[in-house]
Amino acid sequence: MSLLVPASEEDAVAIVKDAVARHQPLAIEGGGTRAGLGRPMQTAATLSTRNLNGIVFYEPAEMVIRAKAGTPVAEIEAALAEKGQVLPFEPMDHRSVLGAEGEPTIGAVAACNISGPRRIRNGAARDSLIGVRFINGKGEIINSGGRVMKNVTGLDLVKLQCGAYGTLGVLTEVTFKVIPATESSGALVIDGLDDEKAVAAMSAALGSPFEVSGAAHVPGERPRTFLRIEHFAPSVNYRLGELEKLLKPFGPMSRLGHDETGAIWRDIRDAKAFAASDNQALWRISIAPSRAPSLMRKIAQQASVARYMFDWGGGLIWLAVPSQKDAGAQMIRAALAGTGGYATLVRAPDDIRNAVDVFQPQADALMKISRGIKASIDPKGIFNPGRMYAGN
Amino acid sequence: MSLIPFPDPDPAIMARREDIIAGLAAILPADCLVTSEDERRAFETDALTAYRRMPLAVALPRSTEEVASVLKFCSTQGVKVVPRGAGTSLAGGAIPQEDAVVVAVTKLNRILDVDYANRTARVEAGVTNLAISDAVMPDGFFYAPDPSSQLACTIAGNIGMNSGGAHCLKYGVTTNNVLGVKMVLMDGDIVEIGGDALDAPGYDLLGLIVGSEGQLGIVTEATVRILRLAEGARPVLFGFSSSESAGACVAAIIGAGIVPVAMEFMDKPAIAICEAFAKAGYPLDVEAMLIIEVEGSESEMEAQLARIIEIAQKHDVQVVKESRSAMETALIWKGRKSAFGATGRVADYICMDGTVPTGQLSYVLKKTGEIVESYGLRVANVFHAGDGNMHPLILYNVNDPAEQAKAEAAGMDILKLCVDVGGCLTGEHGVGIEKRDLMRHQFSEEELGQQMRVRAVFDRAWLLNPAKVFPLDGRVAA
Repeated sequence: MSLLVPASEEDAVAIVKDAVARHQPLAIEGGGTRAGLGRPMQTAATLSTRNLNGIVFYEPAEMVIRAKAGTPVAEIEAALAEKGQVLPFEPMDHRSVLGAEGEPTIGAVAACNISGPRRIRNGAARDSLIGVRFINGKGEIINSGGRVMKNVTGLDLVKLQCGAYGTLGVLTEVTFKVIPATESSGALVIDGLDDEKAVAAMSAALGSPFEVSGAAHVPGERPRTFLRIEHFAPSVNYRLGELEKLLKPFGPMSRLGHDETGAIWRDIRDAKAFAASDNQALWRISIAPSRAPSLMRKIAQQASVARYMFDWGGGLIWLAVPSQKDAGAQMIRAALAGTGGYATLVRAPDDIRNAVDVFQPQADALMKISRGIKASIDPKGIFNPGRMYAGN
Repeated sequence: MSLIPFPDPDPAIMARREDIIAGLAAILPADCLVTSEDERRAFETDALTAYRRMPLAVALPRSTEEVASVLKFCSTQGVKVVPRGAGTSLAGGAIPQEDAVVVAVTKLNRILDVDYANRTARVEAGVTNLAISDAVMPDGFFYAPDPSSQLACTIAGNIGMNSGGAHCLKYGVTTNNVLGVKMVLMDGDIVEIGGDALDAPGYDLLGLIVGSEGQLGIVTEATVRILRLAEGARPVLFGFSSSESAGACVAAIIGAGIVPVAMEFMDKPAIAICEAFAKAGYPLDVEAMLIIEVEGSESEMEAQLARIIEIAQKHDVQVVKESRSAMETALIWKGRKSAFGATGRVADYICMDGTVPTGQLSYVLKKTGEIVESYGLRVANVFHAGDGNMHPLILYNVNDPAEQAKAEAAGMDILKLCVDVGGCLTGEHGVGIEKRDLMRHQFSEEELGQQMRVRAVFDRAWLLNPAKVFPLDGRVAA
């Protein structure tokens, strides 16, 4: 297994052209911290973008940043923090859940559409990614999007790349819209709600005018429901007060200050409660929030569910199950049938991720389109073959 | 006099017109098929009225299944199809061609489901933009994208062009507010993409479809996000002695960590035109005006406005005028949103839609004035200052072919300038036919080729809206 680390975009093009000529598939990675996501691949070589790094430009007054794909997320966040700005979608760091080391890169955030708790308010990575530059399967440099927030010029290949897990080319540069960091934050904690009541409380909060930017529920012996407000300091205080009035029927609640809110949301963002060290398989379920409680009831009836947690007001479920057989794939997806939700296997040993569909299988018509798109960008099947779906 | 070329109609299709109409008549009832010349005329153009082509026929299907039957028939017969919403495209996105059947989704106009718990609404694609907000407003919710044509334009058209509006600085454009679609492919297959969960598995096909200008399929249903209205909203007018001061003020507001809901710019000619129409109390003796809207509780709005006014005062603001009532707020927005219609009362115009990095706004405004003046024409500027999406309205006389040519040439020069300073040809109106032949100014042949190969996955024979977006020569099938 050889590791190819091009020092420039031209070098990366040469590597791709050589791989195409030799029909030699490449695994594409940035810092490698998310190598465990998706289906395991058998490629003889890996192309890492880690040396294509550096911020190309950052214009705080335009709220836009462009960086080479291998730039560490930490470097981006530090540069933004210096000017009082942040990535709008609060990307999670997968190192804890995947037990990985190394530096997460901004290219991977784009390639894997990595978002966090603030997704409910500010959209996903795909909503803030406004431009990409990538090498396609012919070794051509393709730009799509740009540096402006409103752009409908030509087909939006930016969106296609976001969440394609490197199967549609090698990203070399990404451009994100950014936003001002809020001055302050605070949270409400409601104790003792069951799943139904917790989702109802979160739904009421998210349907209020107070712009709740985080809504999570941790079930268990001492269930706790967390609601976050991020705003100017007086507004945080005012809005938490209004939320308390609105949610009074759900029982007593307490407040968290700015620092505590930040710490708790870092744990929620990174799913710290589901660290790799627990040796369980980990699922990430996306579903309309109101259907989350009944889904979990159904799953609990059929499996010894170790633990789960709701984020996104119930729209995102982290679910840990025993790492045996198919890691519950068949049962979980059967329970999801008809709910409009879907499940992604985030963590499991290679043999399980080889045997089951890591990503939710799609309808035949959509699979056909996806294969067509893959072939239109990567005709020789060079990039991350099989990472998302077998044979694609 | 047509300056933008259309492909020649396919004589083989034109010769089979009667057979094709008979085939469509077997699928659709008589009141869903428009064939007479008089009635077809209503569909021969859109809001780019300088161009028109009489379509072969117009189909007005009532269901996804009828759309599927029509597309399947057209696909089998090799007949081109031009999808249409309300026909409000400023870029000619819905202009037909003589050998094509127009498929309009206007009869698909039901709101199917509103789900407040999950904050989504499922609608048929011919529903108008404003109808969604109207339906949920009594319960305190709204649909965020608000293009100026929102009274008439359909969600299908909004999805086609990834429409924005004045408030997308805070709430995003169509692609950020749509969760799923039901769509008919050119071969008649019906697909469902996304749904009511956030993020869908597989490639982001929804993201590809939004903004694809009706080239990949015909959307018949959409699931959109609805949001809770803010406690209050208040626009404030700021008058400046120069466009440069207004531009610098916008940058300073964002630099201070404040992102208002909207920051709309008008220059002196635009202020005069809109004020004459809406009588909104716009200041007439300033060179540039910003409408800045803030949201929140009464005290939150006061606090934010105080900070914004403080910043404006450092940028030589001449006039500050707060809305003091719901009526005044409505008038202020009426003036802005009727900018295009009000301009149409004083002259014919073409509306450009380039986006530029906001740091380039002052420069591009100045150059725009010079370019239009060099053609001996006048320009009024209204645009979304927060996101750099410019809308110069170039005034001309549509009955004077030489003036039309000059107006279009000036428009093209302005769009090239937008690209040259790091922006793009179109922010929210789409490429359509209008900017089709400028695509090579923004994209390389490799980039256009890549986009076209992706397009061909959905429509190998190039039957769907085929004369739009991509230059007519050098097309790539697969």
